[in-house]
Amino acid sequence: MVNVIWLGMIVFGILAAAAGGNIEVVTKAALEGAGSAVKISIGLIAIITFWLGIMKLAEEAGIISFLSRAIAPLMKFLFPEIPGNHPAMGAIIMNISANVLGLGNAATPMGLIAMQEMQKLNSGDPRTASNSMCTFLALNTSCITIIPTTIIGIRVVHGSADPTEVVGTTIFATACGMTVAVIADRLFRSIFTRHRGRS
Amino acid sequence: MYAIISELSRWAIPVILLVIPLTAMIRGVKVFETFVQGAEDGFATAIKTIPYLVAMMVSINVFRASGAMEMLVGALSPYLDIIGFPAELIPHAIMRPLSGGAALGIASNIIASHGPDSYIGRLVSTMQGTSDTTFYVLTLYFGSVGIYRYRYAIYSGLAADFTTLAASIYIINRLYG
Repeated sequence: MVNVIWLGMIVFGILAAAAGGNIEVVTKAALEGAGSAVKISIGLIAIITFWLGIMKLAEEAGIISFLSRAIAPLMKFLFPEIPGNHPAMGAIIMNISANVLGLGNAATPMGLIAMQEMQKLNSGDPRTASNSMCTFLALNTSCITIIPTTIIGIRVVHGSADPTEVVGTTIFATACGMTVAVIADRLFRSIFTRHRGRS
Repeated sequence: MYAIISELSRWAIPVILLVIPLTAMIRGVKVFETFVQGAEDGFATAIKTIPYLVAMMVSINVFRASGAMEMLVGALSPYLDIIGFPAELIPHAIMRPLSGGAALGIASNIIASHGPDSYIGRLVSTMQGTSDTTFYVLTLYFGSVGIYRYRYAIYSGLAADFTTLAASIYIINRLYG
């Protein structure tokens, strides 16, 4: 799927540029895209290093095992392959909490830490996503948002009479999305397992 | 309400930064050494994402800059009109899973021209707040651990995205339509 989308965007892009008679934009766009990708990754160094340090402290202090115990039944259901006191649990909890609060800057490094910890538990091919990873990403991209911080800010800038009125609609829509994410994750897993023979 | 929410997001990180190291200290953890030990892998983790992000961003950028995205918008708009989805929001719906910055740019543009309290303004606010950059997140997260076989992760991510979009349209229609 990702191969088809990736190649499809490039092929249609080049065809569209050729048809429009401005093929030179392709070169410029490709190089600019590569440039901004590197900039994002470089920018991540500082914040990931910082949060990795904080997470290690939280782990050593026992905060993570405390949090995992508090919502253990839910996490056991969602991530049956991760042991209860594993650092992956803590990182997942922190990532989801940051997402809920609309703190994107904190959510990304936590998510990357969670992926690293889950990769340590990945018993299959290290190039292939594990079940826990798929569940985590489905939850992550559809996460319930209580405070859509950025868009509220933009509504304030443009003089909205009630900038936070979208909080209710946001919670409703993300709750629907998250429910479907959990169901779809289990459904697609059973379909894929049956067809590819990998659990 | 806005004041409470903005105070909450202002305080969240400082409070975390206070509580975690302090708790660690009380529990007898060597805070400085432990922090450094944990932070060691930060550079490698960030650098590992470069090839995956470059691949994805090049493809997205070519698709956008070449005018292919506008063609897709043009092709889709008659069908989306039927379900009450305004044509102005199609670029946002397409860009949202691909690029957070681009989608935010489109959203603030629409809010500026239609007003934040219009039907379109509320719908695009909800769409921006509810959905995530699914492709970007998948590329970045899987890339950081060297995974390129995503199995079904994209399907469940997109299923959730479509549900969120449909739910946003439904609730905005219901409340303000």
